[in-house]
Amino acid sequence: MSHDMSDDKLPANHAEGHGDVAAADNPFADPGLPAHEVRRTDIDERAAKRAERQVSLLFIVSMLATVGFIASYVAIDPTRIVYIFPLGHISAMNFALGMTLAVALFCIGAGAVHWARTLMSDVEHPAERHPIEADDEVRADVIEQFKTGAAESAFGRRKMIRNTLIGSMALVPLSGVMLLRDLGPLPEKSLDSTAWSEATPSMPIQLINMNTNEAMKPEDIQVGSLTFARPGPSALRPNGLQESDEDFQQQIAKDALMIVRIQPEDIKDPNSAALGFQGVLVYSKICTHVGCPISLYEQQTHHALCPCHQSTFDLADGARVIFGPAGHPLPQLKISTDSLGYLVATGDFSHPVGPSFWERSQ
Amino acid sequence: MSSASTGGKQAAPASTRAKPANKAEAAADYLDGRLGIYSLAKSNLRKIFPDHWSFMLGEICLYTFIIIILTGVYLTLFFKPSMGEVIYNGSYAPLNGVRVSEAYASTLNISFEVRGGLLIRQIHHWAAIVFVAAMFVHMMRVFFTGAFRKPREINWVFGFLLLFLGFFDGFLGYSLPDDLLSGTGIRFMEGAILAVPLVGTYLSFFLFGGQFPGTDIVPRFFTIHVLLIPGIMLGLLVAHLILVFYHKHTQWAGPGKTEKNVVGMPLMPVYMAKAGGFFFLVFGIIAAMSAIASVNPVWAYGPYRPDQVSTDAQPDWYMGFAEGLIRVMPGWEIRAWGHTLNLGVFIPLVLFPLVLVAIAAYPFIENWITGDKREHHILDRPRNAPVRTGLGAAWISLYLVLLSGGGNDLIATHFHLSLNDITYFVRAGSFIVPVVVFFITKRWCLGLQRRDKEKVLHGRETGVIKRLPHGEMIEVHAQLPQGALHTLTSHEQYEPLELPAEVDENGVARKVGLVTKTRAKLSESMFGEGNQIPKPTAEEHQEITSGHGHH
Repeated sequence: MSHDMSDDKLPANHAEGHGDVAAADNPFADPGLPAHEVRRTDIDERAAKRAERQVSLLFIVSMLATVGFIASYVAIDPTRIVYIFPLGHISAMNFALGMTLAVALFCIGAGAVHWARTLMSDVEHPAERHPIEADDEVRADVIEQFKTGAAESAFGRRKMIRNTLIGSMALVPLSGVMLLRDLGPLPEKSLDSTAWSEATPSMPIQLINMNTNEAMKPEDIQVGSLTFARPGPSALRPNGLQESDEDFQQQIAKDALMIVRIQPEDIKDPNSAALGFQGVLVYSKICTHVGCPISLYEQQTHHALCPCHQSTFDLADGARVIFGPAGHPLPQLKISTDSLGYLVATGDFSHPVGPSFWERSQ
Repeated sequence: MSSASTGGKQAAPASTRAKPANKAEAAADYLDGRLGIYSLAKSNLRKIFPDHWSFMLGEICLYTFIIIILTGVYLTLFFKPSMGEVIYNGSYAPLNGVRVSEAYASTLNISFEVRGGLLIRQIHHWAAIVFVAAMFVHMMRVFFTGAFRKPREINWVFGFLLLFLGFFDGFLGYSLPDDLLSGTGIRFMEGAILAVPLVGTYLSFFLFGGQFPGTDIVPRFFTIHVLLIPGIMLGLLVAHLILVFYHKHTQWAGPGKTEKNVVGMPLMPVYMAKAGGFFFLVFGIIAAMSAIASVNPVWAYGPYRPDQVSTDAQPDWYMGFAEGLIRVMPGWEIRAWGHTLNLGVFIPLVLFPLVLVAIAAYPFIENWITGDKREHHILDRPRNAPVRTGLGAAWISLYLVLLSGGGNDLIATHFHLSLNDITYFVRAGSFIVPVVVFFITKRWCLGLQRRDKEKVLHGRETGVIKRLPHGEMIEVHAQLPQGALHTLTSHEQYEPLELPAEVDENGVARKVGLVTKTRAKLSESMFGEGNQIPKPTAEEHQEITSGHGHH
C-alpha cells in the first residue's frame, strides 16, 4: 500500500483548526469548557442536609433488609409455597430471601449514587492525554537494547543452537497431544450398528413397549397412534434393555423405536411396506438431523415432526424428509412376528441411526 | 548491608521521608515501601472519567461477571458434577423414585433443600443472561461510536473474545444439571460435531469419552465451565480493564473536549461512589429478578434421557441465532466414496463463528480502507459514519432474523403462523433483510447529517411566527450557541481515496493492483459523493448569517 495514496486524503490534523478561516472569526471554534453549573446542594446547606439524610436513610433500609434476610432464612419453611399477586404460587423462602437481598444491595447502590450526584463535587476537569506510542528516542533505545541482548545471546549466529531449540520446542507439545488420546475410544464401527443387530431370523428380538414394558402384537398398534419401543431379551441381555443397565442411556440413544400403523393402501413406498408387518411400520426414533428424539405425529398426514428443529418425515413414504433441516430419511427396522405372535425384529436397521457422520457410507 | 555498615555505629539510617501523620498513612507507607502503591495511585486515584449513560454498559458486564463468580463458587459447594445414577429421594415429590444422575439430583437438592440455594442458582443464571446481553450491547456501543479505532483495536479483540467465551461458558453452564432440556442441547452439539468432515466422529468420541451420552460429559463440562474458560476470561477481563485505564476513556465531542484531553470527574470520589454503587444496583436488580422470575426450572423438565424430549426446546437467548442457523438450513447431504458430508449441519456450524468474526474484523477492515494511523479519542456520532452504522444495523438485523428462526416454533404457536412459512421467510430474510436494513440505516444517517447541517447554517426553529409588512409569514430561526455549532461541526470527514493516475509523469503505465483498486472502491462507497453530506464550512455559515440574517 503506497503511503502517498492514503495520507493526503486524511482530514486536517486534529490539532489544527478548521480550514483556512482564522480561529477568531470561525463561528465553529471551540469555545472551551462551559462554566460549572451549581446544584441546589452546592449552595443550599438545607438541601445538602436533606440529601445527606436521604443517603443515610437508604443505607439504613439496607441494614434492615439484611436483618430481614437473616430472619427469613431462619423463620420460613423452605417447602412453603405462597400465592403472591401477580407472580402466582411461588416459594416463600426464595421470594423473601431474594427480595430482602435485592433491597439490601440496591439501597447501598442507590445511596452511593445519590451521594455522588448530590454531595460530591461535579466539577468537570480536563486531564491531558499523552500519545500511546513512545517517542523516537525511547523507541531507538529499546531497539538498541534488544539488539544488544540478541547479539549477546548469539541466537542468530549460533544456528545449531537456534535450530535445535526450535526443534525441541516444536516437539515437546506432542506429549501433551498424546496424553489426550485416552479421552475416549476410537469410533471404529460403533455408530453403524445398534442393539438390534443382535437379532437374526432364528434369534429375533421382541419390541418392548416403553410405557407398558410388555411385548406387543400387531393388533396392539392402533392406526393413528405413535408407540415407542426398546429392545427385548436377547442372548447378550436376557432381560432386554433395562433402565438399570449401566449403558442404558448410550443404548437407548440409538435403539429407541417409533411404531405406527398405517392402512396398507396408504403406504406409498412398497419397500417400506415390505419392511413392515400388516401396515405396522417401525422407524428409528432418533432424528437424522442432530439426534433429537422425534415425538410428534400427525395421524391424518402420517407426518412425524422433530420438536427440536422441525424436520418432518412422511412415515407413509419411507420416512422421507418433506420439510426441515434433516438430510436423509429415518432408518426403518424390518419386523415380523414370532411364534407367539409378538412383534419382533430380525435384524438391524438398514442404515446407521441418528445424525450423519463422515464415515457413514450409505 | 554494606551501606549500613559504612555509616558507622548508628542502628538504622533514618529515612528521608516525613513522619506519617497517622496510622493510616503509616500503613500506606509500609505498603508503598513494598509494593510501590504511591506511584501506582498517583496517576489513577484522581483519574478523570467522562460521563455518559452508554459508558456504564461495560460496567454491567464487569459486575455481572463478578456476581457470576461469587454465586458460582457457592454452587460448587453443593453441586456434584457426576453422571453416576441414583434414585431420587428428596423434597420434590413428583420425581421421587426416578432414576437420575447425581448432577441432576444435586441440582434439585440445591433448589429445594439448601435454603437460599434456589435463589443463588437463579441469580447465577439470570446474571449469565444479563452478562451476555450487556456484553452484546456494550459491543454495539463501541461499534456504533467508532470507539474501536486506534489505539483501542486490541482491546476490541479482547472484548470480542470475552463475548465469544461468554457464549460458550453459558452453554456449558446450563448443560451441567443434566436435565431433559440441557441434555437435548448437548445432543444437538454432538450432532453438530459429528457433521465435521474427517475428524467429527473422533472429536465426538474424545469429547464424550465414547458414544453419546456416556458418563464423562458432565464432569468434563464442569471443569471447563468453572475453571478453564472463567480463568481465560478473568485474564482477558483484567487486560481489558488495564487497557481502559491506560488508554483513558473516549469522550463525546463538545466544547472544551479535544483529542488531547479527557474531560470528566475524578475516580476518587465520584466514580468510586457511582461505579461502586452501580455494582450494588446491578446485583440488587438481579437478586430481585431471581426472587420473582423463575429461570431454568430443571425439576419441571425432568432428567435427561436420549429418547425423550419436550416441545419448545430452546437454548438461552444468546445461542438462539445458532439455533436459527441450524433450523432454517436446508438438509443438504453429500454421499460419495463411502463418506457423508453433512452440509446441512456443517455449514451452520461454520457460519456460527463467522457471523461473530465478521463484526470482530470490521475495525481492521475500516482502518485498512481509511489508512488512518492517528489515535482517536473523540467518539463518532453514528450518523456521521453512515456506512459503518448501516453495516452494524445490518449485522444486528441478521442476528435478529436468525434468532427468530431459532424460535420459529414459538412464533408459530404464539402468533398462529405457519412454521414452514416462517422458515422460508428466515431463509430469504437472512439475505434480504440485512441489505434492506443497511440502505435504510444509511439513508437515515444521511438525513440526520442534512438536518445537522441545516441547524448549523440556519439555526433552530424558535416556534415564533413573524408576519412581514407585505404579509408574508416566516418562522424565526435562532442561531445555535457557539458550543453547539462546534459540537455539530467538529466531526472529521474523510475524502475518498483516489487511484493514482494511470500513467505516471513519464508516460509509463502505472500498475495498480487489485487490492488497491478494491480499497479505492470501498473508500468511495464510504466517503464518496452521496455517501456522506459535506459538513457546513465557516464560509457557508458566514455567508448565510451575514447577508440576510432573518432566514
